[in-house]
Amino acid sequence: MFIRKPSILPPDKPVDRDAIRQSRAVLEHFNRRKLLRGALSLSALTLLTGCDVSEEDSVQKALRAVSSWNDGVQAAIFRSDHLAPTFSPSQVVKPPRFNAYYDIDHVKPIDGATWKLELAGLIKDKRPWTAQQIYQLPEQELIIRHICVEGWDYIGQWSGPNLRAFLTRVGADLTAKYVYFICNDNFTESIDMASALHPQTILATKYAGDFIADPFGYPLRLRTSTKLGYKNAKWIKAVEVTNTFRETFWSKQGENWFAGI
Amino acid sequence: MSTATPKTTVRKEKLLHPLPLRIMHWVNALAIFIMIGSGWRIYNDDVIFGWLHFPDALVIGKWAQYGLQWHFFGMWILVINGLCYLTYGIVTGRFRHKLLPISPRDVIATVRDALHFRLSHDDLTVYNAVQKTLYLGVILVGILIVITGLCLWKPIQFSELAGLFGSFQIIRLIHFLCMSAIVGFVLVHVSLALLVPQSLLAMLTGGPTVGDVLAVEAAAPVPESPTETTP
Ligand code: HEM
Repeated sequence: MFIRKPSILPPDKPVDRDAIRQSRAVLEHFNRRKLLRGALSLSALTLLTGCDVSEEDSVQKALRAVSSWNDGVQAAIFRSDHLAPTFSPSQVVKPPRFNAYYDIDHVKPIDGATWKLELAGLIKDKRPWTAQQIYQLPEQELIIRHICVEGWDYIGQWSGPNLRAFLTRVGADLTAKYVYFICNDNFTESIDMASALHPQTILATKYAGDFIADPFGYPLRLRTSTKLGYKNAKWIKAVEVTNTFRETFWSKQGENWFAGI
Repeated sequence: MSTATPKTTVRKEKLLHPLPLRIMHWVNALAIFIMIGSGWRIYNDDVIFGWLHFPDALVIGKWAQYGLQWHFFGMWILVINGLCYLTYGIVTGRFRHKLLPISPRDVIATVRDALHFRLSHDDLTVYNAVQKTLYLGVILVGILIVITGLCLWKPIQFSELAGLFGSFQIIRLIHFLCMSAIVGFVLVHVSLALLVPQSLLAMLTGGPTVGDVLAVEAAAPVPESPTETTP
């Protein structure tokens, strides 16, 4: 829909792309129309051989090569001090919009009392952080637009410690290439250091002044003004600073890794 | 071109559609094909109009992210080729000579002729006013769809530009409407090319030889004269 009412209920499509994908895969096996599209993607041959590898093989390889070239282009045009537009509290959508690779009913809430944030990689002080310790840090508020790769967007109000300040505080190597997030739901995401150090990148603990609710990443999630929605890892349990590139949850599925906006 | 201009006086033999132009035309066709098909795949993931979904058989990319991969691959072909085309059109004077000037009166006259089935396609080397308008229009729409595409791709990095259009959803809508206009153009364009096959042929072979641009212009005011269109 062009105009959507924000809803805590999972909207039919965007939420569960993965499930949709899987059920479609089965359906499409029997879908004769696929022959048409197969021709489009130069994969008619593989169809004839009976293998469902249409876009998985050479075409996918080529497209992914272009996609990583596009990563480089995005890094090159990234303006590290350019601020995203911010909005007024009256424009904030409450609650935020749910999105994950599964349905909202399958969110596994985290117990904030026992949760700890682990630190790994090129960080001097790797002592884990409790939620209480994180709440003591100076807070930054961001009222920014969340843009999903699917095309929808909403304005959200996030606050928490600035990521650059946090990384500096724990003695992270700020010249390293990537900041990697490992999440409670086996989700992984990583961002380039330039985006991590952008002034509008925070580790959010609050939404619209209250602690972030379970479906939206309690107790800690990433919010950056310069990346598509899926890069903003929720339910973070570990942060790693590294020079080694590893594919992430979505990049493995063919989504663009840099995903800058 | 008109036989009124004897071949011997042609100073520099040149095809109606020189080779670089034909290459750019077909590369553009391929790029547009990729952009529309993959755009429809992206659209289906979060539709703008509840009643409109594009059938799976017509979209490019099995999953939404594959559609995006195609889109951001096709954009390079489209933009690089498009820049070459614009440069070529300006530097060689092709735009000036073929597409300009357009007067509203000519457009109305051409539409009236078209409605009375009086349009002549005998002379491929001269575009009528409606053709000129459509070609210029689709070039401008093409520029707008690239600009809005950049604003959708990088709404923060290009926030100054994106801000001129309005919200992200407005930009999506404009991008979508440009696509619709291009699809409309392609339908008309392809139908006419099939109706007047020698025009399609000309875009493959280069078409009749024209002298230089000046010779064409000299010939243009006498459309009634017998013509030879096949090279
Ligand atoms: C440089 C050129 C272009 C760029 C950078 C570009 C970029 C984009 C982006 C980023 C989106 C996703 C918007 C979203 O999040 O939903 C999109 C969607 C789309 N594009 Fe393009 N585009 C370009 C050219 C074109 C062309 C030439 C066409 C067709 C003639 C086209 C047709 C579409 C369509 C139909 C959609 C889906 C509309 C929507 O759901 O938002 N694009 N484009």
